[in-house]
Amino acid sequence: MLDIKNLHAAVEGNAILKGINLTVKPGEVHAIMGPNGSGKSSLASVLAGRESYEVTEGSVDFLGKDLLDMSPEVRAREGLFLAFQYPVEIPGVSNINFLKTAVNEIRAYHGQPPMQAKAFLDMLKSKQKLMEFDANLMNRSLNEGFSGGEKKRNDVFQMAMLEPKLAIMDETDSGLDIDALRIVSAGVNKLRSKDNAFIIITHYQRLLEYIVPDFVHVLYNGRIVKSGTKELALELEEKGYDWLKEDIRLEEPVQ
Amino acid sequence: MTTVTRNISFNEALPALVSAQFSANGWFDGREAALQQFLALGGIPTVKTEDWKYTNVVSFFKNDLQVTLPEVPEVTAAQLEATGLVLPDTFRLVLVNGVLQPHLSQLPPASQVTISKLSEAGSQPAVELYFNQSPRIGEHHFAQLNAALFNDGLFIEVKAKAQVELPIQIIHLYAAGQARLFNPRHLVVVNEGAALQIIESAAGLGLADKVVINSVMESVVAERAQFSQYQLQTGGNNLRIINQNLVEQKGKSVYNNYTFTLTESEFVRNNLNISLDEERTETHMYGFYIAAGGQLIDNHTSVDHRMPNCESNELYRGVLMDKSTGVFNGKIYVHEDAQKTNAFQQNNNLVISPDATIFTKPQLEIFADDVKCSHGCTIGQVSEDALFYLRARGIGEAEARNLLVKAFAFDITAKVNIPAVRKQVEQLASQYLNA
Repeated sequence: MLDIKNLHAAVEGNAILKGINLTVKPGEVHAIMGPNGSGKSSLASVLAGRESYEVTEGSVDFLGKDLLDMSPEVRAREGLFLAFQYPVEIPGVSNINFLKTAVNEIRAYHGQPPMQAKAFLDMLKSKQKLMEFDANLMNRSLNEGFSGGEKKRNDVFQMAMLEPKLAIMDETDSGLDIDALRIVSAGVNKLRSKDNAFIIITHYQRLLEYIVPDFVHVLYNGRIVKSGTKELALELEEKGYDWLKEDIRLEEPVQ
Repeated sequence: MTTVTRNISFNEALPALVSAQFSANGWFDGREAALQQFLALGGIPTVKTEDWKYTNVVSFFKNDLQVTLPEVPEVTAAQLEATGLVLPDTFRLVLVNGVLQPHLSQLPPASQVTISKLSEAGSQPAVELYFNQSPRIGEHHFAQLNAALFNDGLFIEVKAKAQVELPIQIIHLYAAGQARLFNPRHLVVVNEGAALQIIESAAGLGLADKVVINSVMESVVAERAQFSQYQLQTGGNNLRIINQNLVEQKGKSVYNNYTFTLTESEFVRNNLNISLDEERTETHMYGFYIAAGGQLIDNHTSVDHRMPNCESNELYRGVLMDKSTGVFNGKIYVHEDAQKTNAFQQNNNLVISPDATIFTKPQLEIFADDVKCSHGCTIGQVSEDALFYLRARGIGEAEARNLLVKAFAFDITAKVNIPAVRKQVEQLASQYLNA
């Protein structure tokens, strides 16, 4: 589904990603962990198409197409979804109008007619139920005045509505209390299928108790320095990242 | 230099005009004094006048501009309907060239509101008390010009404690065969404990040439009265609008002004002056403008906090497109006696074209020491973070920008309490922003 090869990226000339290789297949959940500043969120931003990031080398293939060649909206329409670390508040744009616009633009891209109002509302209701999302938030402005937890839940709710093939969750657990974490995780688990895939970016192993990954990767200094199964996350939780840093320093070629 | 010469000519031509045509007209005996004051202020202001620094009107006042008393053509109900201005669920006053047309109007009950042509209201006590008496009226070039030249307008007086159930829509229509200066003049008095909402709309009727509308409305909001004024400046492209609103508020009164400038007119200048004469008043001013093409939209507002414990709140927003120009100047004077004043002011502008310009200036002058005042001006583009968020959900860039600009506007239209007004403004805003 997703094939990242030797991906390098920079912000304002500073190299942030320094050769990422990662393959994600349908049905898989990959966790990406790593200390602060290792490039986790940058990877999410590059994949979603944030324009402040410049890809300097490498390639990303998404469902047989060149992802890096697409605008952010085309990436989304092709089935990529980014759950934001900091969902943006947009006063004056209602949640419901925003979702309807997004759903219909994605449908138009695939040559489908706009959804009828009734069908849209039915879908909205069923997903609200599935995601345990408060219906009262729907008529408010997008994320305006939402608590941190409500914003994250709104993002996951949007994910349920847009039914992406690949969802990248950028520190969705940060700022969530334990109940919100449980609800968000349950939502993600309900959306998991053999046809879609997830990349979960997180600092902590805690989230991975709820969303059990197939693979765990450690990102450090712009590269994936270690990959393993879910047991790797436990090991990291126990030992921290310092032992990895030691290992890497030894492997680092003399410049 | 030629424009200056023309300007002087207009100023010089006025005295003869006033004495020849207007002095015999009606009960008002202050025309000559107003003319003298207008000339003392320098006549038509040039860009050397501080308040007109960015707004050059000199070229509008050429020698061939007609300032004689306007004729009032017959207007049919069908013509009125065709303007598209008529709002449902309102009382309605239709004026043609400043003159009330009873056959097109639907008046509120006379037990609540006195309505007459200003030209016939000379004997009303309220006219004697308040007409041409607003504080600061002497500072306004165009209010003086209006006082010298006005032919007619409305006198509206709401009886004490009367709660006028429906808003009164005032539709100003202008018809002329050639370039012309109109000087409509109105007085609104909302007496003690009464409540009134008015909605003003204006349009040209088959104008062959550009006309200048120099309108003045004085309003008095008496003790514990409530007055809301909606100005829907949506008229056609042959109107050049200079619009003055002078408001006096008495104790515990509430005044709300909503000024929406969504028009094809190439020029709109609004002067809104509010004088808080007694204690515990409340004032809200909301403005929204979209300027496109080569339009110039200028809003000058001022609030005089003269007495303690008054609150004023102002929020103006604008979207500047193409090669348009916007001007905002918001003065707040807190006089020495006006302790415990709360005065807030915001002006936000979205400049979405590299060729558009906005001049925005908050001006606070505070002479009391126990007050809360704040002001803020912003000039910017749509937020890149918000734009990316929308695009990351599959919404195309153009549509995403459009959503964000509308959101910027609808924040203001959400303050409108009359559904039909809100609907009309939002439709117009969408139409202009989609164009």
